[in-house]
Amino acid sequence: MKRGAPVALLAIGMTLVVATRGIDLSVGTVIAISGAVGAATIANGYGLVPALVTAIAAGLAAGLFNGILVAFIGIQPIVATLILMISGRGIAQLITEGRILTFNLPSFAFLGSGDFLGIPVPVWIWVLAAALVIFLVRRTALGLLIEAIGVNRKASALAGVNARVLLIAVYMASGFCAALAGIIITADIRGADANNAGLWLELDAVLATVIGGNSLLGGRFSISAAVIGAMIIQTIDTGILLAGFPSEYNLVIKAVLVVIILVLQSPNITGDLKFLRQNLFGGRAKAAARQEAGK
Amino acid sequence: MKSILLAGVAAFTFAAAAASAQTVGFSQIGSESGWRAAETTLTKQQAEERGIDLKFSDAQQKQENQIAAIRAFVAQGVDAILLAPVVATGWDSALEEAKDAEIPVVLLDRSVDSSDDLYLTAVGSNLVHEGEVAGEWLVETVGGEPCRVVELQGTTGSSPAIDRATGFRNSLDGHGNLEIVRSQTGDFTRSQGKEVMESFLQAENGGADICALYAHNDDMAVGAIQAIKEAGLKPGDDILIVAIDAVPDYFQAMAAGEANATVELTPNMAGPAFDALEAYWADGTIPPKFIQTESALYTQADDPQGEFERRKGLGY
Repeated sequence: MKRGAPVALLAIGMTLVVATRGIDLSVGTVIAISGAVGAATIANGYGLVPALVTAIAAGLAAGLFNGILVAFIGIQPIVATLILMISGRGIAQLITEGRILTFNLPSFAFLGSGDFLGIPVPVWIWVLAAALVIFLVRRTALGLLIEAIGVNRKASALAGVNARVLLIAVYMASGFCAALAGIIITADIRGADANNAGLWLELDAVLATVIGGNSLLGGRFSISAAVIGAMIIQTIDTGILLAGFPSEYNLVIKAVLVVIILVLQSPNITGDLKFLRQNLFGGRAKAAARQEAGK
Repeated sequence: MKSILLAGVAAFTFAAAAASAQTVGFSQIGSESGWRAAETTLTKQQAEERGIDLKFSDAQQKQENQIAAIRAFVAQGVDAILLAPVVATGWDSALEEAKDAEIPVVLLDRSVDSSDDLYLTAVGSNLVHEGEVAGEWLVETVGGEPCRVVELQGTTGSSPAIDRATGFRNSLDGHGNLEIVRSQTGDFTRSQGKEVMESFLQAENGGADICALYAHNDDMAVGAIQAIKEAGLKPGDDILIVAIDAVPDYFQAMAAGEANATVELTPNMAGPAFDALEAYWADGTIPPKFIQTESALYTQADDPQGEFERRKGLGY
């Protein structure tokens, strides 16, 4: 549960972006940037609150940048966020001057490896973030408007939805979630590793979103399902580590398990299974029904 | 630009002061890691100590920049060239030009697949040997006691990961009391080192069954130390820790008694290179084609706090 916190947080933001028929590939890099910014703030002698504020501000700024590229300039989301995915790691390295920036601040480290009421703090963070986002999108019209953009942006704009502002908002939400994940990762190892923090995590986040049953083509979405998807991925990862296979097999095993999960979920396969079941067990009843109809 | 100007001025005044000083061109890959930054710093220090006029060129990870630098060094008529090649192939023509100009070339820390009469010598570390030194330390420290060892490997398939694993096993061979019970990749990173160590601890009875940890680099060990502390055990005491690289953060952990030993991958490749060059300039001594740098072992007895102070300014 605790190890899955970064991917779960990313999956929350990613689900919102995906619901608008977008994708945010930059989240892994945003983790590195916000972690580096937070660690640099502490290294310069500031306390917990300034570190959190600057780290989250970095995430929001990254989201704003992505959102403007997508909403106003009209660049395809995959390309727009790719820009930051590639270049952002350089920014993070500039901040840490290419080394692992270590710091010693127990209150910040607490966010990564502490416990509150017997539950690890990272788990609190992602559960609260998920609850907040679910509340916002389901108790207000926000979720519906986001889905509307994903289904048909032009039509929703004509219907009076302010698509641009909403798009920027979802990318900023994604940046915010990535910043939280960056804080957790950085606090966990008490150092900002600009080269490796969050590396390839954006792909795990997309995977979690898809395992949760969300379509990359936008529209209907479920945050809780995406978070469950993230937990499934983490269970697989931890399970592989505990099982003690040689490391060469890690990725193969993961791939096989993910394929199995996706196949079980696929609407086509589910349809086929239902068809088979009906033919095997309900064959006689159907034949009788057909005879009835024939009469 | 400013630094180039400064370097130029420094070179000029230096040449005026000691007309007989040797000039060496150094084509460095770039500064992709802390280790490489430390290598650059140490090369400059070594050159200054020996009164060698060093012309430094940063290739920013591009081979064409390195080839251009070699040609520039040849045109300037330097006395030797140090080259840390970014890739292994494609050096033939540049090295031939240096050879035709009778300028010796010394390769640092990486090798090339050109014919070996095109360069004077190569200086580098032996990765298998590093693993062996780490293994020998553990064998001696544990003595005859039974010991279950867990291993944090480097990136799967990379040559340091393969060679450091092989060397360690070579040393453990014939000591039946030491057994590697779990081995998993931590990708050379601190966060993966921590995560994998957590799973080791969980799988091995909360860590009670683990006697020692061998990590293929210091960063993974630093992550693992945190995992061990959070599991309520004392790293360096309940679990012996040995790693490779000798980076400043690890010395800090050793000074705090949380780690036991590390094997140095020295960033001082230039020292042996200049030694070989000075002998060559003096009486034409031809060095062996490969000069293996020392893989020194550092333990808690070697003043870890002092080593940390010494290293932290090198740019790691």
